[in-house]
Amino acid sequence: MKASAFAYARATSVGNALELLAAHGDKAKVLSGGQSLMPAMNLRLISPEFIVDISELDELRGIALRGNALTIGALTRHVDLLRSPEIAAHAPLLAEAVAHVAHPAIRNRGTLGGSLAHADPASELPACMLALGATIVVRSESGERRIAAVEFFRGIYETALSANELLVAVELPIGQMNSVHFFHEFARRHGDYAIAGLASLAIVEDRLFKDLRLAFFAVADRPVLAKAANRLINVDVTPAVMSGTLVALGEELSPHEDQQASPAMRGHLAKVLLSRCVSALLGRPELQVAAS
Amino acid sequence: MSISLHLNGERVDAHVLPRLNLADFLREHLHLTGTHVGCEHGVCGACTVRVNGEIVRSCLMLAVQTHGASVQTIEGLSDSGEIADLQAAFRNRNALQCGYCTPGMLMAAQDLLKREPAPDRERIREHLSGNYCRCTGYQAIIDAVETTAKARKGRSS
Repeated sequence: MKASAFAYARATSVGNALELLAAHGDKAKVLSGGQSLMPAMNLRLISPEFIVDISELDELRGIALRGNALTIGALTRHVDLLRSPEIAAHAPLLAEAVAHVAHPAIRNRGTLGGSLAHADPASELPACMLALGATIVVRSESGERRIAAVEFFRGIYETALSANELLVAVELPIGQMNSVHFFHEFARRHGDYAIAGLASLAIVEDRLFKDLRLAFFAVADRPVLAKAANRLINVDVTPAVMSGTLVALGEELSPHEDQQASPAMRGHLAKVLLSRCVSALLGRPELQVAAS
Repeated sequence: MSISLHLNGERVDAHVLPRLNLADFLREHLHLTGTHVGCEHGVCGACTVRVNGEIVRSCLMLAVQTHGASVQTIEGLSDSGEIADLQAAFRNRNALQCGYCTPGMLMAAQDLLKREPAPDRERIREHLSGNYCRCTGYQAIIDAVETTAKARKGRSS
């Protein structure tokens, strides 16, 4: 199908984009890479009256190290994340996750800000923001707000963004020495949306977790940081501890049903992901058995 | 809205409605029907074209967004001879049947071959994973791309 008719403006600056959003409110949609918005418009799932095209705003592009944070502009594309030496050095989890997002032609247009603002619960990058402890920077005509990633995602396609606000950047804290990561997802085919996935960041010392963040995606209406992770911090992870954690994870999650999987299947896959993650990060293959 | 772009090396000026996507602009307005329209939501890959040197889905881009851009379609790649060997390999290996996916396949395959001189079958599969073919079962397509990669490597060494 074709998108229904809409009025269109190519924003000339962030200030101009904010003016347009203030003037048109929730009748307007922001067009960034268009790789989620355009399909939704072509399928007539949404029919915005006004499109604010921000894709030419170079000030929203780029990756920069500032002090103890990596600032990533909202228009930074998936392919830019994949090729960036800064991302490879300071946020390798993100680079690994992006390789699972769709296909080359999509990654050439899709943007980080667009993915986060779209907030599909099955997409990879929102979960990475939780695992990495990101801050989402949004701007409106009345000023800037900085929102912790855990507060940003509110539900299926729902975020803390107001209609007059624009997501301008993401800040990732860096400098945690010896942090390690794990990323895996189950999908029907490579590039498809996940049936269940896990993005994890951890600090391991003397074979113990000093910190562990487990961000599951596609198992709820938004990405979730599993509280079960706390059971594994500063303890010797024995098979008994592991199986107790898997039970706790099962009780904590209440996955949805859709055409791809039942709640029980998603719950099972989440446990498989957790056990693979822990065994990989601690270098203890024997812990993987506990999931089955 | 009025737009001006470079299409297959030639300047094109046009007036388009905002809702018109690039695929329909190419096919309906410019009669370049080599770019195929399949799913219209970015899944099938039949509408793949090059914008500023990078492959994109032309169904997920508005025609107005190509203002000032350089766009290359399958007609451009074919007429310039850039992919003559790849096209011959597709023909020799029967890597097409109905041909609907072929322009997009050639676009995606050439994109990989330009970046990586010696991709293995797994890399070829991955790079073409966003392009659907309902006829061939993909094996012949992978064969044709692999053969072309090896032949080009042989020529350049």
